[in-house]
Amino acid sequence: MNCIIIDDEEMARAIMTQKISLYQELKLIQEFPNAIQAIKFLNHNEVDLIFLDIHMPDFTGFDFIQSLKNPPKVILVTSDKNFAFEAFEYECIVDYLVKPITEDRFQKAIQKASSNKNTFKATEIKPIIEDNVNEFYINIDRRLIKIDIASINIVEAKGDYIHIKTENKNYIVHSTLKKIEDKLSKDLFLKVHRSFIINTNKIIDIKDNSVLIAKDVIPVSRANRPELMKRLNLL
Amino acid sequence: MEHPNLNYIDELSGDNLEFKTKLIGILKNELPKEVKDYSEQMGNANFYQASQLVHKLKHKISILGLEKSYYIAEEYEVNLKNNSTNLDADFKNILKIMQEFVNCL
Repeated sequence: MNCIIIDDEEMARAIMTQKISLYQELKLIQEFPNAIQAIKFLNHNEVDLIFLDIHMPDFTGFDFIQSLKNPPKVILVTSDKNFAFEAFEYECIVDYLVKPITEDRFQKAIQKASSNKNTFKATEIKPIIEDNVNEFYINIDRRLIKIDIASINIVEAKGDYIHIKTENKNYIVHSTLKKIEDKLSKDLFLKVHRSFIINTNKIIDIKDNSVLIAKDVIPVSRANRPELMKRLNLL
Repeated sequence: MEHPNLNYIDELSGDNLEFKTKLIGILKNELPKEVKDYSEQMGNANFYQASQLVHKLKHKISILGLEKSYYIAEEYEVNLKNNSTNLDADFKNILKIMQEFVNCL
């Protein structure tokens, strides 16, 4: 398999290069310190497998995958354990390695990439989400944690992450507001601002262009205010 | 406080001394740059950007066998994303220990 490495960290690229060199079935074509250079390369070259870091400045690994029309197989390589949930959404991702990578784990990833089957467990996870509309799962430290949708107060976008605030606990997950919005009931939740989705059942009061939910004052943008007002059971 | 080691690098390198020398060279070159970038972002109170550098440094923390420090860095990264500098002193200490170790290589 012809492969490339995309990682902004030189140390990570060097380690990966060494590991690849130990496998006859792998041929390293090139390594890139950022996704933009790799995209330029892939415009004129075909590869079978990409070792891809997620956390890179300007253009993340997920941005990179989305930019490809027909992405080849991808093995994600990251220091972050919290991306597995998002990784499930991409069919091209065959495995997910957490740095520092052990030999045993690397070997398993190559075996998966070499087989025709996509052995990543995405299909095992998705039905859980689809069948239980009252809850969804987030990945934290390799544990899938169940979130009761009705317990969510607000969801806030924070850069590449979303901050989920529930009645009892808060969670930070690598995802987008759009992705979580698709998993939330439209009857219960409303995007009131480009950075906030709120549970309308949890509104305590509304003043000017903001709502109070628990102890959080959430801004309401002018465009979203009419929809919010429609939802209220006014006397 | 735990001490850095080269166990992971030794394991990776095996008998390949050239590769080991290469990795140590990268470490000596890349670590000070990442620490400098991190310090600059903290100096400008760009906590989110600083968290990205903490994320990057986590790999080197683990490469140097600092298991407990890795968990501190993980927690600190989340704190910075939430605009909290809690664990800042602990993280600075981790960086200091790493730099001292790498300087002696």
